[in-house]
Amino acid sequence: METAFTPFQSLGGGALIGLAAVLLMATLGRIMGATGILAGFMQPANLSDWSWRAAVLAGMITGPVAVLLLSGSMPAVEVPVSTTMLIIGGFIVGIGVTLGGGCTSGHGVCGMARLSPRSIVATVAFMITTGITVFVIRHVIGG
Amino acid sequence: MRLILSYIIGLIFGIGISISGMANPAKVLNFFDIAGSWDPSLAFVMGGALIVTFIGYRVVLKRPAPMMDSGFHLPTRKDLDLRLIGGSALFGVGWGIAGFCPGGALPALGTGRSEVLIFVGALVVGILAGKLLQNAMTRRSAQTA
Repeated sequence: METAFTPFQSLGGGALIGLAAVLLMATLGRIMGATGILAGFMQPANLSDWSWRAAVLAGMITGPVAVLLLSGSMPAVEVPVSTTMLIIGGFIVGIGVTLGGGCTSGHGVCGMARLSPRSIVATVAFMITTGITVFVIRHVIGG
Repeated sequence: MRLILSYIIGLIFGIGISISGMANPAKVLNFFDIAGSWDPSLAFVMGGALIVTFIGYRVVLKRPAPMMDSGFHLPTRKDLDLRLIGGSALFGVGWGIAGFCPGGALPALGTGRSEVLIFVGALVVGILAGKLLQNAMTRRSAQTA
């Protein structure tokens, strides 16, 4: 499935992701990592720890609706994989980000911006294996 | 006030993810498909996010504490271990299979698409399984130590 190259939207969207990361650090002093926020929401330290995570997650989930209200259309979610692959992929992602201690937002954006050696190594590791996995699925198995 | 701000920050993140294309698995997978239908957009997402965060963190982390807490909650570990590398490598395999990462999928829930709900359900089960695995690994290394 072809997708259009969108440098300006992607750069602007990325800048907003960065703005959210900076604001969360400036106010609550927390890393804007989806994995960390979700995992802490599932097993919070206390009520006040749970409540800010719940509020951030609620904000995230209303993002697409805000885009719908502002632009008139819901952001595209095109899923070119089967339900089985979504389930297997989701499960593997869950184990991986837990052991690895972060994902694209936590390691890839916040950790890299802090020049954390662990985050740089983690980001290189998952970018490589994602690329290999896509290549194998699309061009070795599928090709 | 703290919760309203948290909500707004989550909303900014969710709008950013939605506009950038990170909530769209077709676009995410095409970024990695250099040998096929390559779409380089995601490099711009990463670039935009990193420039803003890099500069913003320099300013924010100079302060003694965040506005609403007594200190910054920053990871302090610097060592590289197998669990970090193996876990991250595994995450990439899952990301390549499904096309969603956690930060892309959570905002995408708001589109109401059933595929996102299925992925996030599996993600939550995976996180719980990962925690069990992590606890078992920690117990074992404590025994051998």
